[in-house]
Amino acid sequence: MVEVRRTEDGVALDLTGEWRALAYPQIDLALAGVDLAGARRLEIATARLAALDLTGAWRLREFVRHAQHSGVEVAFSGTPPDQIRLVDQVLSPLETGEAVPLALHGGGPRGPHIRARALAGIEDTLSVLDKGSPASPVEAEVATLTFIGRHAVTLWRDMIGALAFLGKLASTALHSLRRLRALRPISIARHVYDTGITAIPIVALIAFLISVIIAYMSAQQLRGFGAEIFVVDLVTIGVLRELGVLLTAIIVAGRSGSAFAAEIGSMKLNEEVDALQATGVDPFEALVLPRVLGLVVSLPLLTVVADLIGIVGGAVLCASLLHMPLDQYVNRVSQAISPSTFWVGIIKAPVFAVLIAMAGTHRGMQVRGSSRELGRLTTVAVVQAIFLVILADALFAVLFMEIGV
Amino acid sequence: MIYPVLEVRGLVNRFGSQVVHDGLDMEVREDEVFGIVGGSGTGKSVLLRSILGLQRPQAGTIRIEGHDITQLAGAALRAVKARYGVTFQQGALYSALNVLQNVQLPMVEYLEALSPSARDELAMLKIRLVGLPADAARKYPAELSGGMVKRVALARALALDPRLLFLDEPTSGLDPIGAAEFDELMLYLQRQLRLTVVMITHDLDSIFRTCNRVGVIVDRRMETDTLERIVDHPHPWIQAYFHGQRASIHLKVGHGA
Repeated sequence: MVEVRRTEDGVALDLTGEWRALAYPQIDLALAGVDLAGARRLEIATARLAALDLTGAWRLREFVRHAQHSGVEVAFSGTPPDQIRLVDQVLSPLETGEAVPLALHGGGPRGPHIRARALAGIEDTLSVLDKGSPASPVEAEVATLTFIGRHAVTLWRDMIGALAFLGKLASTALHSLRRLRALRPISIARHVYDTGITAIPIVALIAFLISVIIAYMSAQQLRGFGAEIFVVDLVTIGVLRELGVLLTAIIVAGRSGSAFAAEIGSMKLNEEVDALQATGVDPFEALVLPRVLGLVVSLPLLTVVADLIGIVGGAVLCASLLHMPLDQYVNRVSQAISPSTFWVGIIKAPVFAVLIAMAGTHRGMQVRGSSRELGRLTTVAVVQAIFLVILADALFAVLFMEIGV
Repeated sequence: MIYPVLEVRGLVNRFGSQVVHDGLDMEVREDEVFGIVGGSGTGKSVLLRSILGLQRPQAGTIRIEGHDITQLAGAALRAVKARYGVTFQQGALYSALNVLQNVQLPMVEYLEALSPSARDELAMLKIRLVGLPADAARKYPAELSGGMVKRVALARALALDPRLLFLDEPTSGLDPIGAAEFDELMLYLQRQLRLTVVMITHDLDSIFRTCNRVGVIVDRRMETDTLERIVDHPHPWIQAYFHGQRASIHLKVGHGA
């Protein structure tokens, strides 16, 4: 790469080989090994250079500038390579803040104010890169306050945004009610299939396992009192009132809430939503409403499935664990529950469905710009859907206690 | 140079029963601007994807600076890929990274020895080289205009100072002035950096301004000749392409001069 010769008043470098970007490590090493101590004059010969690209030229220029800074006189034997001149032409206006910027056709800065802006940009960039100044305690405190404030404002705007979204959803739904076609029954059916039918296996499995868990836990406790029969009460009431619908909603939030956000979000990224809007189709009517209505249909149905499987699971467990005959189990179930036990659970399903679908579609519609946003908002959609479902369930529990069901 | 920079021999690409290329030959020489032309669906993009190793052809050899990429894998293939730069039709900028980081990505991948500050300056060199203002460096792809996206894509393609550059429809989606500016920029860089450029394009203005030789994909093969001679090729599609209403202005000027 570099052959070094001492001359009477300094150093002579003979550059050889291919100075290309991919050889940068070797170039860097070779130049770092050149000892300029005591030299007053540096001569560089480039005649034997097989190739020099911009990366190589930039590194050589850095070396030359460094030498000049430490008071060494630099001379090229022959004319300096064109590539260095090109690098110089591009970079020196940025470094010195004077000279004419490289005016390539069109895109380069033209007027003085544009140039000023360009230079401000690079100073900004470089100063951030260079310094990384340590923050004073006051600055840190201000930064904390700014952080809290910014988050509070974001949270507030989020809530307003969610309310606006709900309002728009409601008004779109009312408008669509007048024309059946605007409700898009085919689209709704597809979403019922996607969010409901295909979720049956996992919902059934989880419901079964939950009833197993409750039965095992309660059997252990109740055995001490000789009150094993009440295992049936715990399983059926627990599944019907709370756990059937809650766990189904959480599974659906994970499955379909994320799917809604990702589907709509990637449509936003592809400008498909804009295309819909430009064609005169309301994206709320075409994308959001069918998903919400589809889920409002499918979540209660899934809950019924979960309830049934939960009760069946209880029967299996009571038969194998407590050796309870089936007719005794059925008898006990019909004593333990009333019609309201079932309805108290199922009434929550459409509410959860709206919350999940809204979280998913709302976050999906917020995606813009980058694929990272898509990932972030999909995550937010799922977390928020699950949170809202549990919050709503707590509110329902309080409400039902107040009205005494 | 003993080898042509890029040499494709007997390329065959099939999708099911549909034959896209059947014994296609192509040769690109050093320091030229080579235009690839063809009707929609004739497999220009499939050809480019094959050359870039994004798709394995059914038969044929593809040599880049003498290395047959259809036979290479792993580190050897990676080494060849570092020798060329590509811009895709839609830019294909990484939307999660800003302009500076986009240009730096190939450097990060291939040149661990570069210090962060050296990387910043080299990336800034490339950004300025393609005629972008310095304050574009901090912007994200979503904030850029169509013309700027093309320039950033070019800067990223030049990140490792390749000698071979592939451009997929570089002027599509640009207004005529923006397209002409891009052509001039490309020619300027091609001369300054002694690049070999392979360009897929539909843009007749662009072809007549920049290309030394043109390869036209017709009947699943490629007809290659210099720009001056290819316009007289007897194939009906080539005749229709270069002698249609849109091309007439170039031919009158070109033949008169």
